[in-house]
Parts: sequence; C-alpha cells; structure tokens
Amino acid sequence: MKLDAKIPAGPLAEKWDRHRFELKLVNPANKRKFRIIMVGTGLAGGAGAASLAELGYQVDAFTYHDSPRRAHSIAAQGGINAAKNYQNDGDSVWRLFYDTVKGGDFRAREANVHRLALVSRNIIDQCVAQGVPFARDYGGLLDNRSFGGAQVSRTFYARGQTGQQLLLGCYQALERQVGAGRVRMHVRKEILDVVVEGGRARGVVTRDLVTGKIETFAGDAVVLATGGYSNVFYLSTNAKACNVTATWRAYKRGAGFANPCFTQIHPTCIPVADEAASKTTLMSESLRNDGRVWVPARKGDTRPPHQIPEAERDYYLERRYPSFGNLAPRDIASRAAKMVCDEGRGVGPTGRGVYLDFADAVKRVGKQVVSSKYGNLFDMYANITGEDPYSVPMRIYPAPHYTMGGLWVDYNLMTTVPGLYAAGEANFSDHGANRLGASALMQGLADGYFILPYTVGDFLAKEGPSKVAADADCFRAAAKEAEDRTKRLMSIGGKRSPDHFHIRLGKVMWEKCGMARNKAGLEQALREIPAIREEFWRDLRIPGSGADLNQTLEKAGRVADYLEFAELMCRDALVREESCGGHFREEYQTDEGEAVRNDRDFAHVAVWEHAGDGAAPALHKEPLVFENVQLATRSYK
Amino acid sequence: MSAKLDLKLHVWRQKGPGDAGRFETHEMKGVSDHISFLEMMDVLNEALIAGGKEPVAFEHDCREGICGTCSMVINGEPHGPLKATTTCQLHMRHFKSGDEIWVEPWRARAFPVMKDLVVDRNAFDRIVQNGGFISANTGSAPDGNALPVPKTDADLAFEAAACIGCGACVAACPNGSAMLFVAAKASHLNHLPQGQPERAARVLGMLDQADAELFGNCTNHYECGAACPKEIPVRVIAELNRDYAKAALAVEEPRAAGGGDG
Amino acid sequence: MTRFQKALRSSIGRKWVMALSGLALCGFVLAHMAGNLQLFAGPEKLNAYAKGLQDLGPLLWAARIGLLSVFAIHVATALKLAAENRAARPQRYAVTQHDTSTLASRTMVLTGLLVLAFAVYHLCHFTWHVGASDAIAKAVAPDAYTLASGGRTKDVYAMVVLGFRSPVIALSYVAAMAVLALHLSHGVSSVFQTLGCTSPRLECARKWAGPAFGALVFAGNCSMPVAVLAGMVGSEVR
Repeated sequence: MKLDAKIPAGPLAEKWDRHRFELKLVNPANKRKFRIIMVGTGLAGGAGAASLAELGYQVDAFTYHDSPRRAHSIAAQGGINAAKNYQNDGDSVWRLFYDTVKGGDFRAREANVHRLALVSRNIIDQCVAQGVPFARDYGGLLDNRSFGGAQVSRTFYARGQTGQQLLLGCYQALERQVGAGRVRMHVRKEILDVVVEGGRARGVVTRDLVTGKIETFAGDAVVLATGGYSNVFYLSTNAKACNVTATWRAYKRGAGFANPCFTQIHPTCIPVADEAASKTTLMSESLRNDGRVWVPARKGDTRPPHQIPEAERDYYLERRYPSFGNLAPRDIASRAAKMVCDEGRGVGPTGRGVYLDFADAVKRVGKQVVSSKYGNLFDMYANITGEDPYSVPMRIYPAPHYTMGGLWVDYNLMTTVPGLYAAGEANFSDHGANRLGASALMQGLADGYFILPYTVGDFLAKEGPSKVAADADCFRAAAKEAEDRTKRLMSIGGKRSPDHFHIRLGKVMWEKCGMARNKAGLEQALREIPAIREEFWRDLRIPGSGADLNQTLEKAGRVADYLEFAELMCRDALVREESCGGHFREEYQTDEGEAVRNDRDFAHVAVWEHAGDGAAPALHKEPLVFENVQLATRSYK
Repeated sequence: MSAKLDLKLHVWRQKGPGDAGRFETHEMKGVSDHISFLEMMDVLNEALIAGGKEPVAFEHDCREGICGTCSMVINGEPHGPLKATTTCQLHMRHFKSGDEIWVEPWRARAFPVMKDLVVDRNAFDRIVQNGGFISANTGSAPDGNALPVPKTDADLAFEAAACIGCGACVAACPNGSAMLFVAAKASHLNHLPQGQPERAARVLGMLDQADAELFGNCTNHYECGAACPKEIPVRVIAELNRDYAKAALAVEEPRAAGGGDG
Repeated sequence: MTRFQKALRSSIGRKWVMALSGLALCGFVLAHMAGNLQLFAGPEKLNAYAKGLQDLGPLLWAARIGLLSVFAIHVATALKLAAENRAARPQRYAVTQHDTSTLASRTMVLTGLLVLAFAVYHLCHFTWHVGASDAIAKAVAPDAYTLASGGRTKDVYAMVVLGFRSPVIALSYVAAMAVLALHLSHGVSSVFQTLGCTSPRLECARKWAGPAFGALVFAGNCSMPVAVLAGMVGSEVR
C-alpha cells in the first residue's frame, strides 16, 4: 500500500488555492455523463450529493434510513466553528487551524486542517443562504459563543439543535436535486460491499431493507460518508443504527484504515442507570460554561450532595487545570472523571458519575438566566433521570461519542482505492487524536460542500468513466458474497440475539480499549474478541426471513462487522505506545496522570491494510510533518 | 429508588402492507422504571427472540428526541402521554404497575404500514422536493452577515424549523392531514428574507404535493399541535392559509421552484 | 385549468370556500335573527318588515337564489371534504384520546346536516305551511293583517306566535338552535385560522369568537319561542 497524501507544495496558506487551480475540470456538458455513488446522507454525504448534483453530475445517494433527514448529524447540539472573527476577539483562519491541530494533540495533517479552517467561513455563508436559522443578536446579525475549550467566540449555533438545522439545510438542498431528477435517492438501502475492480472503485452492493433484495449499483466514483464507529462500544451517544459496515467493507476491499484507536469519549453524558439501557445520552458541553464539576473529597462519601460542605468537595478540574478549569478539552475532562471514579469517589448508584453543579451559577445570575440558557437541557435531564437539576446537581459520566479514526484519505479525500472517497466522520483526516467541540459539523460540511465537488471532478477528468456495468462479473461476484453472508447469518440457528453479542463486545471494548488502555488489557481484548466472534457465528439467532423487513438481521450484519473491526481497533491501540488525545495508554503518563506523547516514534498516521481474513493486517505509516506549528506538550493548566 | 412495573402490552402486529394486522398481547413483568419506552420494547424483543419468535418491528434511531424516526401511538396518543416528548424520550416512570398499554403505528392512508409499527413516511420527502427549500447552489452565497435578519423573524423561523418530520401531526389528526408539517416548513423559510423570492411557488408546490399524497384536509381540530413533540404552534397553519391565498391570487405567475441550473 | 381554479380545488382553497361561504351564511343568520326579533316590537313592526321583504320582488328572489347557492356550495364542499378525510384516516386507534379537538369540531358534519334538516323543516313550517292548522292558515292569508299604512298583508306575527305555542315545536326550535350554536362555535373560530389571522392580539378573539357568536345566535333565536311559550309575547293573538 502506497500512502501518497498528495499535499500540494507551497506555503500552507496557499496550498488549497494552488491545488484548486491544479485540479482538472470536467467540461460542463460532460458532467451529466458521470454517475457518482454517495453512501450516507448526513452532513458530509447530503452536502456532497447536493453540491455534485448542482454541478451537473448524476448522483445515486443511499441511506439505510427512511429519509436522508434522519442521519445522525441531526443530533449534534452545540454548534459549528468558523473563523469569521465576527466578534472581533482575535480569531483568524490561522488561529482556528492552530487550535485544531493542537486540540488534536498534533496527530492531524497540517494541510488538511488549514483548508478546513479556510473553508469554514464559506460554510456559514452557504448555510445562511439556505435558510439555516442560526442564533442572531438584536441587530439581526449572527451570534457566536465560545465552546469546547476555545478562547474565542467562533461557534455558530441554533439553540441546542445546530446539527438538526444544518442537516435540514443540506437535506433540503438534496431534496431539491431529487426533485430536479439529478439525484436518485435510495432510501432504506444498506451498503453491504464496495466493488473494486482493476484498481478502481466501481460501485456498491446494497440490501433493500424492505424486500431483502441484494442489488448492485455502478458508478464512476464512490463516496463513503457513513459516519463513525462509536457503537463498537455498544453504549455510546451515537444513534442505534450507526455502524462501521461500509468503511469496514471498503477496508476489506483494499482501503487503508487510519488510526482506528482514536475515539472520543465525551465528558457530559447522563450516566447509565439500568442494564437495559440502550444508549447514553449526551448533553451539550456548553453546560460546562456555567456548571462546576466536583466529587466528594473523601472516598466512599455517600452523603447527598447538599450535605457535603464546600471544604469536603473536590472541584478537580478547577484544581488540576486552573486556567481552563471546567472548560478543559473533552479528552482531558473525561479522563479526569474516570480517574476520580477509579479512586472510589464517584457518585450515584453505580459510582460511575461526577456532579455537574449549577448552584453557584443560580446564585450568581439567578435561576431564570440559567433556565434561559440551558432550559431544554435541564428538561431533558429531568425527563431521563427523574431528578430536578435546579435543586440537585446533575450527575454526568463520559461516554463514547465520536471517532477520529476512519478510512485513510489523501488531501483529495480519496482512500487508497482510486475512485473511492471518504468524507465526514468516516475519514480520519482533520481531528488528529482528539476533536474539538463544534468541529465535526464543520468538517462534514467542508468535505461535502467545498472539497468533494472539486476533487471528485479531478479524478473523473483524469480517469474518465468507469465503464463497468452493474451486472459485470465483479458485481455479480460481490453480490453473491453478500447474499451468501446474509444466508449464513440467517441459518446459524443458535439461541442468542445480535444485541447479546454486541453488549458483550461493548463491555470488552469499554473496559480494555475505552478511556484508558494498557498493554495487558488490550492483549486480553485481542483474545476475547475472537472468542465472542466465534460464538456469534455459532449461536446467533435471527427469527423471520431475509426477504423481508428484518431489523434483527440488519443488526446482526452490523455486529458481525464490529466483531471484526474491534480487533483492528485494539491492535492499533496496542502498537501506539504513547498517550495522545483520546488515546490514553496508562503506561505513558506523568506522575500527575497527564498524557505523555511520543513525537519521536509516533508522529505518524497508523494505516492498516487488510491482508485477508485470519491474517494479521499490515501496518503502514504516514509521517506527519509539522512545518507551521511547533510540537508542544498540550497544556491546559 | 427504582420501581418495577408489571404491564400488559397490546402491540400491533402486521406482516406487511397487504396484511390486515391484529393486536398481540404480552405480559411484561418487572420492567424497570428507569428505562425508556423503546428500551422496554427492546426488552420485549429480546424475550421474543429468546422464544424463537419474530420481534416487533419499530423505527427508532437517535433515541435523543431529535431524528424523528420513532413513531408509536401509545394509548391513542402519538409519542404517548407526555407533552413535547418523542417516544424515545418517554420513560417508564410515567406509567404505573398494572397499566394496560396499547401500541399502534401511525395511522393514515398516506403513511402505509410496512410492518408492525413501521410506516412509510416518504410522502414528507416528496413534499419537501416540491418547494421546501431555498434555491442556493453551493458557492453562490454572500457573506453570512450581509443580510441581517431581525431577531423576531429569526425566532419565528426557528420555532417552525424545529420540526423533526416525525409525522405525529398526521397520526394525531382525525383527518390524516399533513397541514402542520407543510406549514412548519413553509413558515420556517417564509419568515426569512432568503426565503422571499420563492415564497409563492413554495406554498403552491408543497400544498399541491401534500394533496397529491392523499393526506386529509385540515378542519382545525388542532390535535396536530397538541401531539407535536417540538410544540410547533398551529399558528403556522394560519400563515400557510394566508400565504396560499396570496399565491393563488397573485397577478404574476410564481416562479416555478426547481433544481437550478446545472 | 388556471392557477386560481386549481387553487380552488386544493385543500386550502376549499378551506377558504368553507370559510367564506360560512361567513356569508353567518351574515344571513344574523340578519334573519335581527329581522325576526322584531317580534318583540309587536305585530305592526314585524308584519311591515315582512311585507317590505315581500315587496322587494325580483331582488328577493335574487337574494334567495344567492343564499341557496352559498348554502349548497357550503354543504357540498363539506360533504366532499368529509368523505376525503374519512378516506385519509381509514383505521381508528384502539384507544381514542381527544386533546384539543372539541365536541363541536368533531361533529361539524353531523351538526351541519342537522342544521340542513332543520332548515328544510323550518321552511316547511313557516314558509310552505305544511300541515298548518286552520288558525295558521287563516293568519297567512295575503289579507290577514291591515297595516297602519292601510295596506293588507300576511299576519306573520300571528303565524309565529301560533306556531310557537306548541311546546313540541318551540322546543324543537330550541334544540335546533343548540345544534346550530355548536356548529357556529367551531365554524366561526375556524374562519380566523383559515383567513390567516396570526396576530397575537387576535389570538383571544380567534378562540372566543365562535363560542360567543354561537351563544348570541342561540340566545337571540331561542328568545322567541321561549317568550311565546312563556306567554310573554303574543297574548293578543287568539
């Protein structure tokens, strides 16, 4: 596997402009002769499909949902960053670039991140033009807030529904193209395989979730915008259907998988209260702007929170990180919570929780102001827990939320398979080892609106049409494989449900490859996962038929892929012998428990190449070269 | 702290669009009151699978009340008894032991049942295709602050934009009308200066499609507004009625909403 | 089909048709009631008013045809909409829950049809005098009453009084007015919504206009049979 990142030459600030000039163009009249397959219709996929169709390409867009508007991008609450500097507080493209590289613990590619910061400004313009109702001030201009550890106010937001409003903007743009006949929208169709032939992506194999029919679709380029894999932990903030299948299938067809162990654990989630819990619910980290995080200073202190005097409380984030305090970045805040809970100072029935207390904020600005800022979040918390956060401090605990790892892509967002692209959370490109708040929406839309439309065109102009029809041998073979696999799943005839295995896998991953990892644990996980997988293929039960709407079968297919993928994730975590961002190896920490990064040996992207089932995957490294920022210890003290 | 509930659940089972469907009764013992309604359904399904039976098909995804996928009529109320709450955010503590619960799909001709509690809501997408957008090709936008939007307008637009497209309005309407959905989308875009050029075409196009999808007619029961998990006010329907009349009577032919050049 | 014609056939177009025709019918109900309330002013006033209407000749016929057409449009559109709505929700829920819909809103078709039936009954009763008693037949003879001006006309006053002296008839009118009031309470409030009144200041009006109008019509129209029955009016008629 050759890793050519295709980073354009020249000064950082000029790279994207220069590159855009160097990209080849497709003649306007020829665009409609090309068919692009877009898998996933969230922010990256929806924006990409709409923009490519506006340019004149024929697009086939796929979603396993009933409508593109259901994609999980919709659940993002906080906001979207953009280097507009509307607040005159010293923001700039360069600062956003720098913050993102630093926030990612220096494990992202400089050129990509700079481009992201550059186009962030266009995203806001585009969304406003589409009618996204961003928050505004009384003068009618766009409002901003500071978010997720940034010291400037660069986050644009739409109450607590920024993801929803942005997604509706691109959903509407997409539906407009569907109405115009330039996008063929395929709903309730799940990708089961990517077809690669003659060194180029040719199309996809899908299963119709209503009829069970396996179908093939050919295209001149294929884009995977299928999101992240946090559900490998079973309990995560992701939607239930989020899965790794498309990217995992692409990996097995030759696409390199980069940094799978980089996962983000979000600090402000509602602790799980029951074993039947199906997910964790995230609450916007904007809560940390006014809430103070604490646990009892003494181990095993079971008094109710209001009976614990001030002197016997440990505001551990404020104590350890005086300059950032409660606003410390996600990875740091999450790990700190784990640490105090491991010490036996956690709160709540399970001991896995810390307080997020608004008593001081209420005292300072009044209940009304607090309610106007966070009312909907407080209601949500009260609804889920049955406790009133105005009178009792909230309990929070970290939960898997986002995955920085993903398919390796070059500067053009193309994977190691020519003609196969990955966009949004599905790729690894911009967040390094940790993503900053309000940056996921930015990256998804940057990829979809402003990068794919250029770079996909370049590929098509250079390589021409694919000329492999959807009934060619390679498609038939892939369809047969998908069909056989489905039949095999249906015919196991065991006793256990897919969720049973998923929950077990999730526990292993959370304990051994979650917020903190170590060699022994990872090695143990690497022994346990194949055992669960083996049992899965022996003892799975799927009632019903494969030729029908069968949600158990859908789950089973996804869990099967997680059971393979999890191994790669642990393997990656095992070989990365350093602590950086969301990846914390217990062997590599200071006496105070801070992460110790190893830039000498690990300033690279770890890219895994599939070497066949049962064989150990090959590790390739893309060195990360930092010419514009200085590698420094990330300090939020 | 946690209570256990014994419930009698009547769940609608239907093999497919052609099947007549029927209720199936399940006794649920010791349900934790900490879990959500959908998690209770998960528990039921796990038990069904363990017994070799087909689990109940129901739609759900984010389980955070925002994706609009979940859709159950619980004791005659879309999304259940709690106001401003989707099914996924409805917790079992709002029920008591001994309760009998009837779970049904959205019922409307325009939302045919696909299986059990799963219905086809693509009519909503087709309505949006017919004008539920602002034509702004990528790249053509002016600076975000070039067009100030008065806060009151922005707030009104936002109120309507909160629609999650779940279809509870249709399910709640005795006439199976989609007027609240159509009106919410129209109101969102029509309150913004960006939405003005296509305002007339938008309301004509979207309503045309809603009528073609065989939704019923609005007769002002306002059950839609009461069922809406995002509390979209029925005022938006009045706005639509007005905008529609204006568009129908306008002297100039409204510019047909379309996919733009390309 | 022009844009306007198409709009008239749309769901919102027909909503406007219902609202505007309903509004016209409300005007009629109000005018009809105002005219009839002259019962309380005595035979001379009421009979003169009735003669005045009669003397309009062709104009009266134009008004009648107009009214009938509006009525027909209102009823026909309503029936069509109701049939569509029924078809749009073919299956009921196992448990029925009402949140904001009211008895009035749910029974519009029924109350509408009852009002239609009442209208026919009312015409049979006071216009065509189907099965009229001898006394009433005498009262409605064209020369039964001599006006102060010297002209002779029907004694509408006596006809009404004699008619309402039957408790069954009087109570049937009261019942019919209750139905009409229910119908109006939803209909009139709906007009605000259909015509797109979104002003918060009108919010209250929107909510109360219907019930208030219904109550007014009920009180006004029922006052006549009740007054006759109670012997407060028409003691001079034998």
